Amino acid sequence: MLSIIRTMWSVFLHTFHRRVTIQYPEQKAYLAPRYRGRIILSRDPDGGERCVACHLCAIACPVDCIALQATEDENERRYPEFFRINFSRCIFCGYCEDACPTYAIQLTPDFEMSEYNRQNLVYEKEDLLIDGPGKYPGYNYWRVSGVSIGGKGKGEAENELPPVELRRLTP
Amino acid sequence: MGTIYIDGKASEADPKQNLLHACLSLGLNLPYFCWHPAMGSVGACRQCAVKQFKDAQDTRGRLVMACMTPAAPDTRISLQDPEAVAFRAGIIEGMMLNHPHDCPVCDEGGECHLQDMTVMTGHDYRRSRFPKRTFHDQYLGPFVYHQMNRCIQCYRCVRFYRNYAGEDDLNAFGISNEVFFGREQDGVLKSEFAGNLVEVCPTGVFTDRTLRRHYTRKWDLRMAPSICGHCSLGCNTTMGERYGLLRRVVNRFNSEVNGYFLCDRGRYGYEFVNSEQRIRAAQINGAPTSVTEAKRRLSSLVAGGQQLIGIGSPRASIESNYALRRLVGKDRFFCGVSDGEWERTRAMVEILQAGPARSASLRDVELSDAVLILGEDVTNSAPRMALSVRQSLRQQSFETTQKLRVPLWMDDAVREIAQAKRSPLFIAAAGATRLDDVATATYKAAPEDIARLGFAVAHEIDAKAPEVPDLSGEMRELAATIATALTGAKHPLVIAGPSCRSISVIESAANVARALCDNGHSAALSLIAPACNSFGLALLGARPMSEALAAVQDHGDATLIVLENDLYRQLPAKLVDGYLAKAAHLIVLDQLGNGTTAKAELLLPAGTFAESDGTLVSNEGRAQRFFQVFVPEDGIKESWRWLGDQSWSSLDDVLSEIGTEIPRLASVIGAAPLSSFRIAGAKIPREPHRYSGRTSITANISVVEPKPPDDPDSSLSYSMEGASIQPPAALQPFFWAPGWNSIQAVNKFQSEIGEALRGGVPGVRLFETSTGGGYFDGIPNPFTRRTQEWLLLPIEHIFGSEELSAHASSIAELVTEPYLALNPADAAGFLAEGKPTVVEVAFGGLKQRVPLKVLAELPSGLAGIPAGLTALCGEELPAWCRIERAS
Repeated sequence: MLSIIRTMWSVFLHTFHRRVTIQYPEQKAYLAPRYRGRIILSRDPDGGERCVACHLCAIACPVDCIALQATEDENERRYPEFFRINFSRCIFCGYCEDACPTYAIQLTPDFEMSEYNRQNLVYEKEDLLIDGPGKYPGYNYWRVSGVSIGGKGKGEAENELPPVELRRLTP
Repeated sequence: MGTIYIDGKASEADPKQNLLHACLSLGLNLPYFCWHPAMGSVGACRQCAVKQFKDAQDTRGRLVMACMTPAAPDTRISLQDPEAVAFRAGIIEGMMLNHPHDCPVCDEGGECHLQDMTVMTGHDYRRSRFPKRTFHDQYLGPFVYHQMNRCIQCYRCVRFYRNYAGEDDLNAFGISNEVFFGREQDGVLKSEFAGNLVEVCPTGVFTDRTLRRHYTRKWDLRMAPSICGHCSLGCNTTMGERYGLLRRVVNRFNSEVNGYFLCDRGRYGYEFVNSEQRIRAAQINGAPTSVTEAKRRLSSLVAGGQQLIGIGSPRASIESNYALRRLVGKDRFFCGVSDGEWERTRAMVEILQAGPARSASLRDVELSDAVLILGEDVTNSAPRMALSVRQSLRQQSFETTQKLRVPLWMDDAVREIAQAKRSPLFIAAAGATRLDDVATATYKAAPEDIARLGFAVAHEIDAKAPEVPDLSGEMRELAATIATALTGAKHPLVIAGPSCRSISVIESAANVARALCDNGHSAALSLIAPACNSFGLALLGARPMSEALAAVQDHGDATLIVLENDLYRQLPAKLVDGYLAKAAHLIVLDQLGNGTTAKAELLLPAGTFAESDGTLVSNEGRAQRFFQVFVPEDGIKESWRWLGDQSWSSLDDVLSEIGTEIPRLASVIGAAPLSSFRIAGAKIPREPHRYSGRTSITANISVVEPKPPDDPDSSLSYSMEGASIQPPAALQPFFWAPGWNSIQAVNKFQSEIGEALRGGVPGVRLFETSTGGGYFDGIPNPFTRRTQEWLLLPIEHIFGSEELSAHASSIAELVTEPYLALNPADAAGFLAEGKPTVVEVAFGGLKQRVPLKVLAELPSGLAGIPAGLTALCGEELPAWCRIERAS
């Protein structure tokens, strides 16, 4: 008897509490930047595709919903020929973002992806690629890596010595 | 075996080996770089440091390099000693100082020995703030991609390339912290085994350039055990596929056959599977048609009441040849090769089956200590064997090494002791060979004279062997030298083959082997076959092609079925035109478009070795099974499925029928476990357990994931799920072990390092020695040159002479232009202003214009033409030809 009254009293008190429920979709909830929602592929500060098609996101994915194929441009800069995420399988665990060595793949605070047709949840690279660097504005993998690409030769990466001159006689 | 104590635990170890070998054989994880099971220790990288203790009381111990310390009985070591652990971590950290931040874009990533060892030692954070050293890279040809920044200076590449493969255009340059591994300048690597650098290099300095074009990580490849079909040696390979495209071939260890290495033709020839020339759909009179329609047409043609004539193929599996033979009847099944080649192949099989000499595996070749090669340039006709022959040259120097009590694994010391001492190698060939540089003596002559030399050697060894009449003093002397060298050896070996297109050469080799065996020497004989399944076809039995024409003529409305065979490469074009014109219907099954397929009424797409299952018999007489890597696009099927009986539901049915029908081939069924084989009820997965993209690969077509295809023919599954323990060796789809992602994981699968896989040696040997038979006495007359005519001989080329691999795009880059070779004196008359010119070769009513090439080592009176590279490749050679300067 007492517990029933206590419960009713507790419910009554809630009438004066601040409302937690918001009027979605008219009103949007605040989502932290680190929220794990829709996955995007970002670009480096120079505007080039950040993804180097290393397959690490694909191997990290516990539901195996990422498939891609590597290819290269004429200057041997590697990028994905296609990059596909099957969002109908994705569990938004964020392992792909953890695994990504170039900050290319990022999870965003957006979850509004509902579809009536499951096939529409298959996103290709055109659907994933955004125009900016996303959460990590400064990083450019190619400035750190030792391989040469168009516009960056050997020994021109950060913290690299100029290439060894092989025909030099002095030690 | 002795007892050694590792971290206080007693273990058995071979005292002839070193501690690293012992630790790895025991399954322990000890990091290493410069040591290689096939190349021994040099102690260059300092990575395998362990603590060694004097005795049970010693607690201080000292650091030693495991690879440089013998596993003597009662050795006490510790792998876990904190000082040893810290030392190993320090070495890795030092190596990583200059290692670039490349893993995401490096092709080695995911199967990198350096990655594995770095993880093993626990080095995970870069402390150094100093800048990294960099290098310029080189262009090294179509096979190997160079990224020198990644080098850790372990010296494995030059040790393999120079010491093991015997080529000299890759070297270490510079000193101190700036040692560079590459060529003096950009250019194609000269060695035919350069592709092995990809596997020998512990990191990504040398990577597979063909894989780079369609890059896929190791963990994403669907892999299956396969057998190389680009020559007769039957090297074991692992094929990798992704998204329906064959991605690459890597070595699959087989202790008796290829060991740790492949040749470049075997490694890079795979690209023909993805070639534009592939026949991917059935065609009726050149128009693509459906599988159903093709099947209907096939059965109506077969059941049409016309005489069926089947033409088999030395490059098709036993099963496919058998299916055709069964369909047409054994009296109407023909061998598909020229009469000469058929005669030689059958003679070789006969010799190996009935002779006293053991048919040599590649391991036997490696362990022999005196070699006589008759009429073969093995580097070009059976490339992997050349690498084994090179290793055999070290055998005699090992006696000195053993006297000095230097263990064989101490590579540098052993080579230093050997100096220039080599086991005897004699090469008699109709021109220069790639092993001439290490031969004790070479003899350049026409096939007849090579055979005479062989017969003379046999007579020198055993007086009962027929004597060669009119022997020149020079040849007698050479024969005596060779005979002395062979009889003085513990394991003499004779190698011969069909390159000279001479049966006498093969018979003379058989005589030498028999003479050695009859005199108490344990001689081995290795006969190279013309194609990957020539011996299988010979064992199956077929009628010669000369009788096929008669059969076609007898039945004016015969239906000709040609199995995976471009007749224009096997027989003179005129003859083939005759066959094809006479036949009422022509059914062709093949993989690549060619002259024969162009004329087919019904063309059926046959699966390559990547898309089908079957068995090949190697030149050793080893029947080995290859397995399908992926289910091909609709339409492509195994030839035995197209032609086979409706009641055959799997490969097992074919094999068991072959076993009952052809007793000679009864043991072939044992080449690999049957499709019913299971491990704890599960199939063996073709995909590594981290195969990615399973729910996304086909999502662009349909988001509903298809069921993985069924494989009725083998106990391998198209899945990442299944048995996780080591399967029988013949079914080993890939080498991977926890912590060992690179191909060096093979250590974990061997009974002892460098020895057979724990699951046994793949394949079954069909040839065993016998005491029957006698000497051949068909000694040819000496070669006499003609004044206005030249004896035209084919010259084998590793790249181009083999039909399928020549369609691989990387190999196509290295295929030589057609030429006619003459020796300088003979060529003098055709040179225009001292420069080579274009000549016209004429024989048997045929004419061919080719550029003239001067070859110094070609004997006078002979002319050479590259095998398989000209329109003349189907002609029966040798033939006398006339040469004229083309106007």
